[in-house]
Amino acid sequence: MAQMTMIQAITDALRTELKNDENVLVFGEDVGQNGGVFRATEGLQDEFGEDRVFDTPLAESAIGGLSIGLALEGFRPVPEIQFFGFVYEVMDSINGQMARTRYRSGNTKQQPITIRSPFGGGVNTPELHADSLEGLVAQQPGLKVVIPSTPYDAKGLLLASIRDNDPVVFLEHMKLYRSFRGEVPEEEYTVDLSKADVKREGKDVTLIAYGAMVHACLKAADELEKNNINAEVIDLRTVSPIDVDTIIKSVEKTNRVVVVQEAQRQAGVAANIVTEIQERAILHLEAPVLRVTAPDTVYPFSEAEDIWLPDHKDIMEKVDQVINF
Amino acid sequence: MKHVLDSVESKFEMFQILDENGKIVNKDDMPDLSDDELKELMRRMVYTRVLDQRSIALNRQGRLGFYAPTAGQEASQLGSHFALEKEDFILPGYRDVPQLIWHGLPLYQAFLFSRGHFHGNQMPEGVNALSPQIIIGAQYVQTAGVALGKKLRGNKSVAVTYTGDGGTSQGDFYEGINFAGAYGAPAIFFVQNNHFAISVPVEKQTAAKTLAQKAIAAGIEGIQVDGMDVLAMYAVTKHARERAINGEGPMLIEALTYRYGPHTMAGDDPTRYRTEDLNNEWEKKDPIVRFRTFLESKKLWSEEEENKVIEQAKEDIKAAIKETDKYPKQKVTDLISNMYEELPQNLKEQMEEYKEKESK
Repeated sequence: MAQMTMIQAITDALRTELKNDENVLVFGEDVGQNGGVFRATEGLQDEFGEDRVFDTPLAESAIGGLSIGLALEGFRPVPEIQFFGFVYEVMDSINGQMARTRYRSGNTKQQPITIRSPFGGGVNTPELHADSLEGLVAQQPGLKVVIPSTPYDAKGLLLASIRDNDPVVFLEHMKLYRSFRGEVPEEEYTVDLSKADVKREGKDVTLIAYGAMVHACLKAADELEKNNINAEVIDLRTVSPIDVDTIIKSVEKTNRVVVVQEAQRQAGVAANIVTEIQERAILHLEAPVLRVTAPDTVYPFSEAEDIWLPDHKDIMEKVDQVINF
Repeated sequence: MKHVLDSVESKFEMFQILDENGKIVNKDDMPDLSDDELKELMRRMVYTRVLDQRSIALNRQGRLGFYAPTAGQEASQLGSHFALEKEDFILPGYRDVPQLIWHGLPLYQAFLFSRGHFHGNQMPEGVNALSPQIIIGAQYVQTAGVALGKKLRGNKSVAVTYTGDGGTSQGDFYEGINFAGAYGAPAIFFVQNNHFAISVPVEKQTAAKTLAQKAIAAGIEGIQVDGMDVLAMYAVTKHARERAINGEGPMLIEALTYRYGPHTMAGDDPTRYRTEDLNNEWEKKDPIVRFRTFLESKKLWSEEEENKVIEQAKEDIKAAIKETDKYPKQKVTDLISNMYEELPQNLKEQMEEYKEKESK
């Protein structure tokens, strides 16, 4: 099996589906000749030509609108929004238009679009590059929101997203792009868009996270093990829809939960998870479900980001509180 | 059926005063600048070129953060700025830090901006400007607002904004020039066409032959200028400013220029999308070289004088980076206290939490 970084796994998935399906089109700012600012589309224009992989003029809003139009013509667009902080420019196309097309057309039209976009902190970017804005799209019915944490999942989830007939926002954490390699099969496979992954089994406490925070949880779990605390780690993989079954099964086993997100605390994905748990499994809980999040400020650009971002120590602190409640 | 595109496009010719050999080719429009002012223009361009070189070096040493190189664009940035007054309000893009510095932003604050420290965004009293905009084109719509505000208050000053060739594709670009036009607001909209939006060449950005002609659709005046010619940039800006203040409405100015360096210092590799030939072609048009030739022909400039400017710039930068290092590091509590006029309950709690963390 090949060892790949996440960015390589993403390129591999795009190549696979460009080969498989002539309706797949890959486009965005700098994705053509330049191969994308992170090289996610490196070599794809040479391989598939300028009709399949192309640069757009600089306009996020039009990238969204173009995708909707191409989908109406039977294509399967895979646009890139260069950084997810630029999503505000294209919010109407995403939340206001493509998410509502199935309903608006009485289920006669669909929008099989996969919007790829880098986000996430810890890489010293300027303003509006690193923000965790998944909550904005997770709140919108009609969209699926996918956030891989490993190269293996990135390939399988991206292939599943492109093949999905509903619009998917596929968010790629910049810190994970090249920070480690993982095994990625060269053949094609998909990872289910409705299944969380139990990354590590445990019996004392459940840690629920997605994206880069999965790795912070795994690190915390390793440390906790030294104190004989056996943590289970769940990687959501999709923050919309949420795989509630996997979560509740784990809660019923461990009875203690900490939910972790890189995003700010207010109105986030974690709040939704906590609510699902207390609605469905309150009698299984031995302690309140706690959250580890960033504070309710804008993302620092970039001084102080290391303190602003949650880390494994913050997670261990909350685990201590739920264990000793 | 009448087609008009050809006849409209052919009307947009590049305005130039000083050609690439340093010769005045357009005496009629030669601005009325004293010898000292001409020398000051040169001084600013040389100084800013040094600042660019040092900023790139400091970035590579990890002593600066986000940085978008400016070399090649000095005439476009500083010639235009030289025609402005202190009371004019600047809404810059992220490559337009030099205009902010010459508008009054201290160097150490420009460095703090690069590091992502909030103090880098705090314009000192009397410096009428926003900190650099990151979202491409967003400043264009805001400029219409600043300009309308000036009109409503009867202020005799203008709102000035800058974007690049890529920015002209954004909806905000069209909306901004259209609003300013509709209100007859005193705004100057610059497009610094450096021919590449990161990697995408301007020919792929639009079917329009010039970016200046986009003014036509908004019903405002537009002009294309040699952005490597500091005198032309100055003259056009002065003209646009006078028109705006006289109530004749906004103007769109396309400056043809080139950035010698990468898009930013965060991993862009221009060899992937530009040829060495093209770089050479533009370096022949260098704004500093041609203006030096011009000044030397008037016996206004010498190598000695230029070296003095270079040394002064290096000294100032050294002192500024020291001051930057000394400035207290940004804390999470600084972020919290800058979110609202009065802290809401959630942030009051988080303030206590992070104060405790930071005291450890």
